[in-house]
Amino acid sequence: MIRIKLTNVLVDDQAKALAFYTEKLGFIKKNDVPTGDARWLTVVSPADPDGVELLLEPDGGHPAAGPFKSALVADGIPYAQFAVDDVYAEVERLKGLGVEFTQDAVDMGPVVTAVLDDTCGNLIQIITMK
Amino acid sequence: MDADRDLFKALGDATRRVILDELTDKDGQTLFEIRGRLVMKHDLASTRQAISQHLAVLEQAGLVHTRRQGRFKFHHIDTSPLRSIIERWPIDREEPHP
Repeated sequence: MIRIKLTNVLVDDQAKALAFYTEKLGFIKKNDVPTGDARWLTVVSPADPDGVELLLEPDGGHPAAGPFKSALVADGIPYAQFAVDDVYAEVERLKGLGVEFTQDAVDMGPVVTAVLDDTCGNLIQIITMK
Repeated sequence: MDADRDLFKALGDATRRVILDELTDKDGQTLFEIRGRLVMKHDLASTRQAISQHLAVLEQAGLVHTRRQGRFKFHHIDTSPLRSIIERWPIDREEPHP
Protein backbone atom coordinates (compact mmCIF):
# COMPACT_ATOMS: atom_id res chain seq x y z
CA MET A 1 0.00 0.00 0.00
CA ILE A 2 1.31 3.43 -0.88
CA ARG A 3 1.93 5.92 1.93
CA ILE A 4 3.79 9.13 2.64
CA LYS A 5 7.22 8.60 4.17
CA LEU A 6 8.92 11.91 3.44
CA THR A 7 7.98 15.41 2.50
CA ASN A 8 10.15 18.50 2.12
CA VAL A 9 10.60 22.19 2.57
CA LEU A 10 13.10 24.10 0.43
CA VAL A 11 15.32 26.06 2.81
CA ASP A 12 17.93 28.72 2.10
CA ASP A 13 20.30 27.47 4.83
CA GLN A 14 20.25 23.99 6.34
CA ALA A 15 21.93 24.86 9.64
CA LYS A 16 19.56 27.77 10.22
CA ALA A 17 16.63 25.58 9.21
CA LEU A 18 17.60 22.81 11.62
CA ALA A 19 17.78 25.33 14.46
CA PHE A 20 14.40 26.83 13.62
CA TYR A 21 12.54 23.59 13.00
CA THR A 22 13.89 21.96 16.18
CA GLU A 23 14.37 24.79 18.69
CA LYS A 24 11.32 26.84 17.72
CA LEU A 25 8.80 24.50 16.09
CA GLY A 26 9.73 21.51 18.25
CA PHE A 27 10.66 18.85 15.70
CA ILE A 28 13.56 16.49 16.49
CA LYS A 29 16.44 15.59 14.19
CA LYS A 30 16.09 12.19 12.54
CA ASN A 31 18.76 11.87 9.83
CA ASP A 32 21.80 14.01 9.13
CA VAL A 33 24.00 12.52 6.42
CA PRO A 34 26.65 14.44 4.47
CA THR A 35 26.07 14.13 0.72
CA GLY A 36 28.70 16.40 -0.77
CA ASP A 37 27.50 20.02 -0.90
CA ALA A 38 24.40 19.44 1.18
CA ARG A 39 23.19 17.18 3.96
CA TRP A 40 20.39 14.63 3.89
CA LEU A 41 18.77 16.35 6.81
CA THR A 42 15.39 15.27 8.14
CA VAL A 43 13.31 16.02 11.20
CA VAL A 44 10.31 14.23 12.72
CA SER A 45 7.61 15.00 15.23
CA PRO A 46 8.41 13.86 18.80
CA ALA A 47 4.85 12.48 18.79
CA ASP A 48 5.71 10.16 15.92
CA PRO A 49 9.48 9.62 15.68
CA ASP A 50 9.09 6.76 13.20
CA GLY A 51 6.51 8.64 11.16
CA VAL A 52 6.72 10.98 8.20
CA GLU A 53 10.06 12.75 7.89
CA LEU A 54 10.42 16.35 6.84
CA LEU A 55 13.43 16.87 4.58
CA LEU A 56 15.09 20.26 5.05
CA GLU A 57 16.22 20.48 1.45
CA PRO A 58 18.56 23.20 0.15
CA ASP A 59 16.85 25.53 -2.33
CA GLY A 60 20.07 26.30 -4.21
CA GLY A 61 19.77 23.28 -6.46
CA HIS A 62 17.61 24.95 -9.10
CA PRO A 63 17.38 28.60 -10.20
CA ALA A 64 13.58 28.49 -10.24
CA ALA A 65 13.35 27.67 -6.51
CA GLY A 66 14.11 31.20 -5.30
CA PRO A 67 11.56 33.04 -7.50
CA PHE A 68 8.96 30.34 -6.77
CA LYS A 69 9.40 30.72 -3.01
CA SER A 70 9.38 34.54 -3.18
CA ALA A 71 6.17 34.58 -5.20
CA LEU A 72 4.40 32.35 -2.67
CA VAL A 73 5.63 34.44 0.26
CA ALA A 74 4.51 37.74 -1.33
CA ASP A 75 0.93 36.44 -1.52
CA GLY A 76 1.13 34.92 1.96
CA ILE A 77 0.85 31.35 0.66
CA PRO A 78 2.34 28.65 2.90
CA TYR A 79 4.74 26.10 1.43
CA ALA A 80 3.64 23.41 3.89
CA GLN A 81 1.26 22.89 6.75
CA PHE A 82 1.56 21.05 10.05
CA ALA A 83 -0.94 20.06 12.70
CA VAL A 84 -0.76 21.29 16.29
CA ASP A 85 -3.00 20.53 19.28
CA ASP A 86 -4.10 24.13 19.80
CA VAL A 87 -3.28 26.82 17.25
CA TYR A 88 -4.12 29.66 19.64
CA ALA A 89 -1.71 28.40 22.30
CA GLU A 90 0.96 27.58 19.74
CA VAL A 91 0.82 31.08 18.25
CA GLU A 92 1.37 32.55 21.71
CA ARG A 93 4.22 30.13 22.48
CA LEU A 94 5.99 30.78 19.17
CA LYS A 95 5.55 34.56 19.37
CA GLY A 96 7.20 34.34 22.77
CA LEU A 97 10.18 32.75 20.98
CA GLY A 98 10.29 35.63 18.49
CA VAL A 99 8.59 33.85 15.59
CA GLU A 100 6.85 36.19 13.12
CA PHE A 101 3.34 35.48 11.84
CA THR A 102 1.75 36.73 8.61
CA GLN A 103 -1.61 35.45 9.82
CA ASP A 104 -2.67 35.16 13.43
CA ALA A 105 -4.96 32.33 14.48
CA VAL A 106 -8.22 32.54 12.52
CA ASP A 107 -11.30 30.38 12.97
CA MET A 108 -12.02 29.08 9.46
CA GLY A 109 -14.99 26.88 10.36
CA PRO A 110 -13.77 23.25 10.49
CA VAL A 111 -10.19 24.36 11.22
CA VAL A 112 -8.28 27.06 13.01
CA THR A 113 -5.21 28.20 11.08
CA ALA A 114 -2.24 30.53 11.43
CA VAL A 115 0.73 31.24 9.15
CA LEU A 116 4.31 31.82 10.27
CA ASP A 117 7.65 32.77 8.70
CA ASP A 118 10.18 29.92 8.95
CA THR A 119 13.07 32.42 8.39
CA CYS A 120 14.36 30.12 5.61
CA GLY A 121 12.27 31.62 2.82
CA ASN A 122 8.95 29.91 3.49
CA LEU A 123 5.64 30.48 5.16
CA ILE A 124 4.30 27.54 7.17
CA GLN A 125 0.67 27.06 8.10
CA ILE A 126 -0.23 25.46 11.42
CA ILE A 127 -3.69 24.02 11.82
CA THR A 128 -5.94 22.44 14.40
CA MET A 129 -8.89 20.42 13.16
CA LYS A 130 -11.97 20.96 15.29
CA MET B 1 -20.36 62.64 -10.35
CA ASP B 2 -18.28 60.19 -12.38
CA ALA B 3 -15.64 60.43 -9.69
CA ASP B 4 -17.81 58.03 -7.71
CA ARG B 5 -17.98 55.51 -10.53
CA ASP B 6 -15.06 53.40 -9.24
CA LEU B 7 -16.57 53.41 -5.77
CA PHE B 8 -19.98 52.13 -6.83
CA LYS B 9 -18.45 49.61 -9.18
CA ALA B 10 -16.32 48.29 -6.32
CA LEU B 11 -19.31 48.02 -3.99
CA GLY B 12 -21.55 46.48 -6.63
CA ASP B 13 -20.20 42.95 -6.25
CA ALA B 14 -21.06 40.49 -3.48
CA THR B 15 -17.58 38.95 -3.25
CA ARG B 16 -15.95 42.37 -2.93
CA ARG B 17 -18.39 43.30 -0.19
CA VAL B 18 -17.48 40.10 1.69
CA ILE B 19 -13.79 40.97 1.31
CA LEU B 20 -14.55 44.33 2.96
CA ASP B 21 -16.50 42.50 5.71
CA GLU B 22 -13.54 40.25 6.43
CA LEU B 23 -11.07 43.16 6.44
CA THR B 24 -13.41 44.88 8.90
CA ASP B 25 -13.27 41.75 11.06
CA LYS B 26 -9.45 41.88 10.94
CA ASP B 27 -7.52 44.57 9.15
CA GLY B 28 -4.24 43.75 7.43
CA GLN B 29 -4.43 40.40 5.65
CA THR B 30 -2.38 38.58 3.05
CA LEU B 31 -4.04 37.46 -0.17
CA PHE B 32 -3.83 33.89 1.17
CA GLU B 33 -5.76 34.75 4.33
CA ILE B 34 -8.44 36.65 2.38
CA ARG B 35 -8.86 33.72 0.03
CA GLY B 36 -9.02 31.25 2.91
CA ARG B 37 -11.73 33.27 4.64
CA LEU B 38 -13.80 33.49 1.44
CA VAL B 39 -13.59 29.75 0.87
CA MET B 40 -13.93 28.48 4.43
CA LYS B 41 -16.35 31.02 5.90
CA HIS B 42 -18.44 32.00 2.88
CA ASP B 43 -18.22 29.08 0.43
CA LEU B 44 -16.80 31.51 -2.12
CA ALA B 45 -14.28 29.42 -4.03
CA SER B 46 -12.35 31.82 -6.23
CA THR B 47 -9.00 31.52 -7.94
CA ARG B 48 -6.02 33.46 -6.67
CA GLN B 49 -6.20 35.55 -9.86
CA ALA B 50 -9.87 36.38 -9.28
CA ILE B 51 -9.23 37.53 -5.70
CA SER B 52 -6.27 39.53 -6.93
CA GLN B 53 -8.52 41.29 -9.47
CA HIS B 54 -11.20 41.99 -6.84
CA LEU B 55 -8.52 43.55 -4.63
CA ALA B 56 -7.31 45.68 -7.56
CA VAL B 57 -10.84 47.04 -8.08
CA LEU B 58 -11.17 47.80 -4.37
CA GLU B 59 -7.77 49.49 -4.42
CA GLN B 60 -8.74 51.56 -7.47
CA ALA B 61 -11.77 52.82 -5.51
CA GLY B 62 -9.55 53.69 -2.55
CA LEU B 63 -11.33 51.18 -0.31
CA VAL B 64 -8.26 48.97 0.12
CA HIS B 65 -4.62 49.94 0.50
CA THR B 66 -1.70 47.55 0.28
CA ARG B 67 1.30 47.71 2.57
CA ARG B 68 4.57 45.96 1.87
CA GLN B 69 6.38 44.71 4.95
CA GLY B 70 9.63 43.08 3.95
CA ARG B 71 8.74 40.22 1.64
CA PHE B 72 5.07 40.23 2.66
CA LYS B 73 2.12 42.19 1.31
CA PHE B 74 -0.85 43.06 3.51
CA HIS B 75 -4.24 44.52 2.55
CA HIS B 76 -5.90 47.19 4.66
CA ILE B 77 -9.45 48.56 4.49
CA ASP B 78 -10.05 52.29 4.14
CA THR B 79 -13.69 53.31 4.48
CA SER B 80 -13.07 57.04 4.00
CA PRO B 81 -14.29 57.02 0.35
CA LEU B 82 -17.74 56.02 1.70
CA ARG B 83 -18.09 59.52 3.14
CA SER B 84 -18.79 60.83 -0.37
CA ILE B 85 -22.02 58.79 -0.39
CA ILE B 86 -23.60 60.52 2.62
CA GLU B 87 -22.22 63.86 1.46
CA ARG B 88 -24.04 63.31 -1.83
CA TRP B 89 -27.24 62.03 -0.19
CA PRO B 90 -27.19 63.36 3.38
CA ILE B 91 -28.92 61.40 6.13
CA ASP B 92 -31.17 64.16 7.46
CA ARG B 93 -33.29 62.23 9.91
CA GLU B 94 -32.50 59.66 12.58
CA GLU B 95 -35.65 57.57 12.20
CA PRO B 96 -36.93 56.00 9.00
CA HIS B 97 -39.82 57.85 7.36
CA PRO B 98 -43.12 56.39 8.55
